[in-house]
Amino acid sequence: MQITPELMLFGGIASVAAAAAVGVVAFNNAVRSALCLVLNFFILAFIYFTLNAEMLGIMQIVVYTGAIMVLFLFVIMLLNLGAPQMLRDRDDPKTFAGIALGVVLFALLGSQLLPAFLAVTQPGAPKDFGAPQNLGRVLFTNYVIPFEAVSVLLLVGVVGSILLAKRKI
Amino acid sequence: MTWLEANPVLAAIIRVALWVFPVLLAVPPMIWYERRLLSWMQDRIGPNRTGNITFSRSSRWVPGFLKGKKFGLKGVVQPLADGLKLIIKEDITPGSVDRFIYLVAPALALFPSFALGATIPWGPFKGLTPVADVNIGVLWILAISSLGVYGVVLSGYASNNKYSLLGGLRSSAQLISYELGMSMALAAICLATGSLKPTDIVEAQTGPLWGVVPGLANWNLFTPYGFVAGIIFFVCMVAETNRAPFDLPEAENELVAGYHTEYSSMRFAVFFMGEYAAMFVYSLIFSTVFLGGYHALPIDWQSLGEIAPGLSWVTHAMQNVDFWLSPVWLVGKAFALVTVYVWLRATLPRLRYDQLMSLGWKSLLPLATINTMVVALWMVVSRVYSPIAGVVAGLFGFGILYLLYRALNNLGIDRSKFLTSREIDLVDVPRSVA
Amino acid sequence: MNGVPLAAYLALGLFMFTTGVVGVIIRRNPIVIFMCVELMLNAVNLTFLSFARYQFAAPVGLSEANGDIRGQAVMGGQAMVVFVMAVAAAEVAVGLGIIMAIFRLRKEIDIDDMNLLRG
Repeated sequence: MQITPELMLFGGIASVAAAAAVGVVAFNNAVRSALCLVLNFFILAFIYFTLNAEMLGIMQIVVYTGAIMVLFLFVIMLLNLGAPQMLRDRDDPKTFAGIALGVVLFALLGSQLLPAFLAVTQPGAPKDFGAPQNLGRVLFTNYVIPFEAVSVLLLVGVVGSILLAKRKI
Repeated sequence: MTWLEANPVLAAIIRVALWVFPVLLAVPPMIWYERRLLSWMQDRIGPNRTGNITFSRSSRWVPGFLKGKKFGLKGVVQPLADGLKLIIKEDITPGSVDRFIYLVAPALALFPSFALGATIPWGPFKGLTPVADVNIGVLWILAISSLGVYGVVLSGYASNNKYSLLGGLRSSAQLISYELGMSMALAAICLATGSLKPTDIVEAQTGPLWGVVPGLANWNLFTPYGFVAGIIFFVCMVAETNRAPFDLPEAENELVAGYHTEYSSMRFAVFFMGEYAAMFVYSLIFSTVFLGGYHALPIDWQSLGEIAPGLSWVTHAMQNVDFWLSPVWLVGKAFALVTVYVWLRATLPRLRYDQLMSLGWKSLLPLATINTMVVALWMVVSRVYSPIAGVVAGLFGFGILYLLYRALNNLGIDRSKFLTSREIDLVDVPRSVA
Repeated sequence: MNGVPLAAYLALGLFMFTTGVVGVIIRRNPIVIFMCVELMLNAVNLTFLSFARYQFAAPVGLSEANGDIRGQAVMGGQAMVVFVMAVAAAEVAVGLGIIMAIFRLRKEIDIDDMNLLRG
């Protein structure tokens, strides 16, 4: 493995993403956590672009930063209106054990898995494999049954969330 | 353009500059234009004092024919004066705000309005415009427009003010609701064009009208599905920019000024600028997708020249005018749409919140979805059978569309209320007196 | 980007996943826990996409000659990410609905106090 300009660029982007991920866990304020997660997802979309997955990068922005995180912020703000002190965590003895476990998990998996992939630097997939046309063709041919199943799942999700949110129907 | 291709980084910087600076420069004229137009529509004078020049009667520096002359510039310098006022004003940060988010929110509100149009071409100049001619261009517009929520929501939250928070919450619900109708409206156009690139959509609009009439260009607004999609897109774009009659997040008689109540000075100016830049950029997007983009008129000069060879010198000249002045046509169309924005603001009262929601969810979204389905039906039938069968299927589809629309939509308005007159008793006045 | 080893992407994915796990363990606010679950899902998405691009084993069913890209070997990773995103969206809609319902019922959302089902 050698240090290339691309690797340095990736390192810069990835370290911001990693810092944002840490911020999600570390901030005691739920809005700050949510904002860190938004930053992480937004950067992740650009990392997807570098992986030639343009369609999925855009979907990442539309679905995660544009819809899911707005929903999170919406709920946090509603709870914030009702009871602001509730969004703060109390001190917890589990914290240290959790962090230690995380470090062990990262070290174990990283040391066992990552060296095997250090030599793989050249992409094997064709360059336009992330174009919307190709993804669409595959979704509507090879994966049409899972695709329809997911649409049913979303419908169930919509009905379920309305059922939960409505006081009386 | 080989020089640009040799320096990709420099070319990218030039493209970004060619996108950002025109949009920035368009904001002050828009503010002036809106004020003058609005005052004309409301039969009042409007800004007319700034920028007037009165030459001295006695100074020896003034040439004789100018002595004592007055020149009125109809208040063109008003945006400059406004900007100066906002910069000089005291910048107040309230004590109990969430400081970091409070400072970041205006930037988050400004960013999407500029990034929004990064895939919109100013003209047929490859390599100089658009900023990125990618095969996900339309999706990029939708993705970035969905980021517009953050500035509003976060400024509402960070201000630590109930009115701001309510404005922010309202706005997030509104933006998410109208985003859907907008994306379905664009989906119909992308389906008919067969591409997600704005440059391809512009290119497809130079074809013969409805695929049959030569000499006229097939602007999407002139096709049935494009007309429906265009109206839906326009309504959604007015709602996305928080303009009247959808300016509920900043309804001043309910919420003071909504999410930017606590912002003063330059921070308020940034919100203001973001709103106007977004208006302009959405107008550019509408012109690109529905109004033929950077072409001047819905006329295909080249095929017209082939039909009437005697007029070839006219068509040739027009082709050149069309080509070299293309940014002018695009901006002209955008300003026509800004006029509609102002016209709506001068005409329509603000919607109630439930009306807003039912318009978005019960009316625009089903309409746009059915429109997309009709386009799909028309395309399949005309490819599999014949174009005539396709037209029949399309008409059939639009019939169903109309019926469904009637069934789904009444905007939550009980129409029987309009037909009955009510009699009101004035309680404390004796009947004999009244 | 050429020149970036697959391991770099996987390391970022692993880091995000670990952070998500730690967050789920140490935080007590269900909304933050939810966000950490989203973080883990995204880490998995990143891993899927990086494996899908590098394709270090010989891709099966790839016929690049006629410009036609099909086959589960090449597009499988991307299709899977689409499904993960859809599932995440449905999950968030229902999950946040549940949190709001609990909040409405008990005026309190600390995860350690939600032990009604304890035997």
